[in-house]
Amino acid sequence: MIYLMRRLATFPLVLLGVSILVFVAIRMVPGDSITAMLGTEAGLLTPAQRDSLAAYFGIDQPWFVQYWRWIGGILYGNFGISVTYGRPVLDVILERFPLTLELALLSMIIALAVGMPAGIYAATHSEKPSDLGVRIVAMIGQSTPSFVLGLLIIYTLSAGFGVLPAMGEFAPLWQDPLRNLSQLILPAITLGFAFAASVTRISRSAMLDVLSDDYVRTARSKGASARSVIWRHALPNALIPVVTLSGIEFGYLLGGAVIVEQIYALPGLGRMVLDAILQRDYALVQGAVLFIAFNFMIVNLLVDLAYVGLDPRIRLGEQ
Amino acid sequence: MRTLRAIFGHGSGRIGGVIVSVYLLIAILGLFGLTPHNPITQFRVDRLHAPNGAYWMGTDLFGRDVASRLMAGIGQSFTVAFFSVAFATLAGTVLGLAAAWLGRRWDGVVMRIMDVLLAFPAILLALLIVTVAGPGTWTSVVAIGIVYTPIFTRVVRGPALSLKAREFVDAARTFGSSSSYIVTRHLLLNLVAPLTVQVTLALAWALLTEAGLSFLGLGTQPPAASLGLMLSDSRNLMETAPWLMIFPGLTIMISILGFNLLGDALRDILDPRMRRAPA
Repeated sequence: MIYLMRRLATFPLVLLGVSILVFVAIRMVPGDSITAMLGTEAGLLTPAQRDSLAAYFGIDQPWFVQYWRWIGGILYGNFGISVTYGRPVLDVILERFPLTLELALLSMIIALAVGMPAGIYAATHSEKPSDLGVRIVAMIGQSTPSFVLGLLIIYTLSAGFGVLPAMGEFAPLWQDPLRNLSQLILPAITLGFAFAASVTRISRSAMLDVLSDDYVRTARSKGASARSVIWRHALPNALIPVVTLSGIEFGYLLGGAVIVEQIYALPGLGRMVLDAILQRDYALVQGAVLFIAFNFMIVNLLVDLAYVGLDPRIRLGEQ
Repeated sequence: MRTLRAIFGHGSGRIGGVIVSVYLLIAILGLFGLTPHNPITQFRVDRLHAPNGAYWMGTDLFGRDVASRLMAGIGQSFTVAFFSVAFATLAGTVLGLAAAWLGRRWDGVVMRIMDVLLAFPAILLALLIVTVAGPGTWTSVVAIGIVYTPIFTRVVRGPALSLKAREFVDAARTFGSSSSYIVTRHLLLNLVAPLTVQVTLALAWALLTEAGLSFLGLGTQPPAASLGLMLSDSRNLMETAPWLMIFPGLTIMISILGFNLLGDALRDILDPRMRRAPA
């Protein structure tokens, strides 16, 4: 409990740092958001019109006033107005977030469903040809960038089967589950492949580590079946590194998968931030980065708490 | 020398070592322009040629030789990867050692800054830096370098803290060794092994990030060749000219594979705790 409080107490500090960093960085991007928003038409604005637009978006004030207003607003749940969308930043983010969350979850399910059995299988068949096979595939998987795999999948589908991945207007899960799944399954496989490879490698090595421990030998010598030794005795202890890896990876995926979203034309968080940076949409970039950083920290905290559930010997916060 | 021999005695180390050496050679050739054709010369009559005797890997939409562009692209990617990892290693080592050695307030300040950088989504941080400074080779170096600095800081700080508490450091202090002597001789030298492993693996990530940035159009700018950009350009021509996608894709993949294999081997060799469970 004390650990939890201590960890939560660092959140505002880190978020404050993130907010300052993103606030300063996005303002260092050359050009201004009004020109980025209106394009060549910005040239037609009279100085008075330009000033009133700047005042409307609050970008006519000095930096520290803007920052102060922004932070003050956030405390009331007001993240500001997006210049590009003309709507509250939080609305825009929350509209994109379900896709990103779903994609991250699907990728993780694929990674765990493939990676863990493969890793356990390899560990229990250590140094046999099948183990070598799993290791080679996992190594190749880990070295395949998502954009290479994504393009390969699209190419194989279109050249081999004459079909293209489902694109077009994105269908949310609660409106059209089938269409939603058909749109997300290939991106999820693309992201899940390298993720599964990492899970395979880490569960293999964790399992190998545990299998050579004394208590596993004791369980074996007491006549426990091979199945019971693996599932009841070894696996729970081998899970900790797998949970760490999956948690961190999941945390990253919640920040949006810019490139995969780009390849499959998905309106996720990653592409939104990329566009917002290019459009100099200050409020949206700031809000989104803060939102992503917060999620990342929460996921990391949950991972730490999961350790205690998995291994009661662990006391968090002790050195 | 002993490590080199150990790498070549290690299954995946041998494969990784060979891959990385071949790539290094190609990168040098690419950087010095020793390619079959000029990578930016457009042979207009030979546009979109499939691989043949004259153009081993075919030509692109503008009639440029894909093989030559790949060689130049490897040179480009490796330059960015090496300099950005060098940046991150140097910055991370200095910060990590400072945090561990100076302790207390310094440690807190440095590590909180690193927490902030780590909580910032990596690719977005790189994107932001590139947009601020304008895309280009050296911007990519700095962006990727900054993104990976926190990881090196952590890799250095943890072991440095435990080394600092060891008897030999106390002994050195008692003999009157200066702080800088202890930090460089006793701490840094003992950190060479974990750093070497981290550097090799970071090179794989850096290649990946560089390719990702140029894939998004924010890395190396055309007409200069870069692997990510070539791959991105191939998207619209996938069905008519699949070689435009397959060769850059494989090139990126195998280079990352090489560094990953080498990194794994180094970890097995240099970190005795990992010997039990080589993965």
